[in-house]
Amino acid sequence: MKNNKTNSRRKFLDKGLKLGLVTAIGGIGLSKITSKLNATTENSSEDKIELMTTDGTLVQVDSTEVIVEKKSQDHDKKYNVREGMPNRKFVMVVDLAKCKNALKCQIACNKGHYITGDNAWMKVYEMQESKETAPYWMPMTCQHCDQPACVTVCPVDATFKRRDGLVLIDNERCIGCRFCMAACPYSTRVFNWGEPGQEITLNMNMEGHIPSPEHAGMPSIKGTVDKCDFCPHMIDKNKLPHCVTACPNGVFYFGDKYEDTVTNGEETLRFKKLLKDKAGYRFMEGLGTEPSVYYLPPVDRLVDFEDGLDKYNKYQSVEKPE
Amino acid sequence: MNAYNSLVKDLAPKKFNKPSIIWVLFLLIIIGAGLIAYIDQLIKGQEVTNMRDYALWGIYISNFVFFVATSFVGSVTVAILRLTNNEWRTPLVRIAEIISVACIIMAGITIMIDMARPDRLLNLFIHARLQSPITWDVIIIPTYIVISLLLLYFPLLPDLAILKKYYAKTSPKLSKWYGKLSLNWKGSKAQKAIQTKSIKVIAIMIIPVGLLLQTIDAWLFSTTYRIGWDSTNFAPYFISGAFVAGVGALVTVIYIVRKVNKLEKYITDFHFDKLGKFLALACLTYLFFNINEYLIPAFTAKKGEAVHLKTLFTGLYATLFWIVTIGGLVLPIIMLLFKRGRKPLPMFIIGVVVVIGSWWKRYIIVTPTLLHPFLPIDGVPESWHHYFPSLHEWLITFATLAMAFLIITLLVRYLPVIPIQRTADEQKISVSEKKSES
Repeated sequence: MKNNKTNSRRKFLDKGLKLGLVTAIGGIGLSKITSKLNATTENSSEDKIELMTTDGTLVQVDSTEVIVEKKSQDHDKKYNVREGMPNRKFVMVVDLAKCKNALKCQIACNKGHYITGDNAWMKVYEMQESKETAPYWMPMTCQHCDQPACVTVCPVDATFKRRDGLVLIDNERCIGCRFCMAACPYSTRVFNWGEPGQEITLNMNMEGHIPSPEHAGMPSIKGTVDKCDFCPHMIDKNKLPHCVTACPNGVFYFGDKYEDTVTNGEETLRFKKLLKDKAGYRFMEGLGTEPSVYYLPPVDRLVDFEDGLDKYNKYQSVEKPE
Repeated sequence: MNAYNSLVKDLAPKKFNKPSIIWVLFLLIIIGAGLIAYIDQLIKGQEVTNMRDYALWGIYISNFVFFVATSFVGSVTVAILRLTNNEWRTPLVRIAEIISVACIIMAGITIMIDMARPDRLLNLFIHARLQSPITWDVIIIPTYIVISLLLLYFPLLPDLAILKKYYAKTSPKLSKWYGKLSLNWKGSKAQKAIQTKSIKVIAIMIIPVGLLLQTIDAWLFSTTYRIGWDSTNFAPYFISGAFVAGVGALVTVIYIVRKVNKLEKYITDFHFDKLGKFLALACLTYLFFNINEYLIPAFTAKKGEAVHLKTLFTGLYATLFWIVTIGGLVLPIIMLLFKRGRKPLPMFIIGVVVVIGSWWKRYIIVTPTLLHPFLPIDGVPESWHHYFPSLHEWLITFATLAMAFLIITLLVRYLPVIPIQRTADEQKISVSEKKSES
């Protein structure tokens, strides 16, 4: 009898304790939710601050609502390579009507990225949709897709997408599985199968150069993937990518989608208007990769397609010294 | 000599005879050659392979897929036959488990050989991203290794205890090892209950994990845009292909083990007949998914698809494709339909053909697709337009195959390939006679 009593008391205490805990947690949760809901009304009596919105109108905001952004203060010091340049979105427009396979873009790119392999990062393809349609030359860089297939499949986050639109590679993290190369529908990625040997082939002193995703190929690293990086190292110096400046025909327009301007170094145009006027499109839009590179159709060409043929070399894209 | 003792004597592991020793030495030489080739690859980089920017995966990957596929035999024979109460599985399951363990371990090693930076292996854990199919592989392969090891180990416990006794006088050292590994197995009711339950749990677990393993392997390919890989048919196609490769390997190994260990009394024509029907089922299922994969796209013949299928049907890979499809799939099905085709020797030949066919089948899946990208192959040396493995790749691949054989050989050497206790139980000759003897 006595035993029974203590037992039931113990049970009661145990249950009571658990119940208490549950109510306490629930109570805290509830009070948090209600305080969140009431927050706007509660603090409205305190002082206000006048602020200007981006379109220039003045608005009054409660001072408690204002959060000073810390990020912008020491931005220069804390520049994050994986985040990219703030408030920018880089795009390229390639005017196929102007391209005559001069290949200066490729030569400049090879030089600017110290490419020693057999496969250039940027290529000019000989294209023809069908037998009846006209052939044309199509320069192909990395498409810097907004839905990059390569980034999705990378197991170690070595290749990444930045807010400014660039898809870059951290060559110090890449494990060399080449899944990104299999995933890329544009065959834009190249691999360092052996030692890149930039010191020997290009007679360069690579010592002390720390590899950065912002200047791919400087230096290249054995067993990792390389590709067109849209030249952030040039953008940083307020210059255009190597291929853009090298092109004698002004094929490439590079710019910022947010600024709505693209330039080929000679003329600067409104990005949206250019696409609208010349019926711009993206390569293999149907894949849904959302490329950052736009093409203008090869219409009203000033030069014959055949003019480019003598430069065309199916089996070589990187000129070897000697 | 009573029935029990002769049973143990029959089924206890046999010492290596001369041909076996030569076989092991032969395997060691191949492994040694492969090791040298691999070290050279580590030093020079993967330029020693014939893989290049277009054929960016080669036989390392197709060999990996082959190992993964073959390791499926553990799930398919052991677990599924167990769940479906097929009693004839008893003398076959241990070998199936051994093949499974050997192949999944080698799959794990092979995929690392394909990594150009094995020194950064830890990045797969430090910087792991769950959305990448490779990370799924990193999770599923170790899981499958553990489960297949347990599936091999748990049913072994009573046998290890038997072997401990059996070797007590002749080989005390071996006996000590068996004793340690048997985890103090006494065959008490409580122990049996735990063991039965554990085996049940593992046997059920290995089915979804095995299916997932094959599926993830298929997804490595079908999560890309590549023509020939970008197929929703791929997971069942790989699962049924693994069914074929696994059972084919099982038939082959069983025939050899039976011959070397003189187990004709235990693995009879009846078992081969059953296995033959099982293999026929596997091949028929695989044939169905092959038709799905190759014939149906030929109807709509989208441009890229048409080019791809043409290289397989009539082009560069036609010979290999038809040998693999007809020789490795259709002919085995026809032969297995006849009772005479399911006798041990024809079955062995069919098994060998099916396994070799399965290996080349993976080559056909990996290589042609890579050589048909969306954009033309341009601006690269002529040799980059094709792919055939280099000497390094062959040496390393043969070494991985030899290592799988070595694991199987060593496990067969030291483990009873036919469950002793179970066979005794089934023949009802265990406890009573053993007691009357002692």
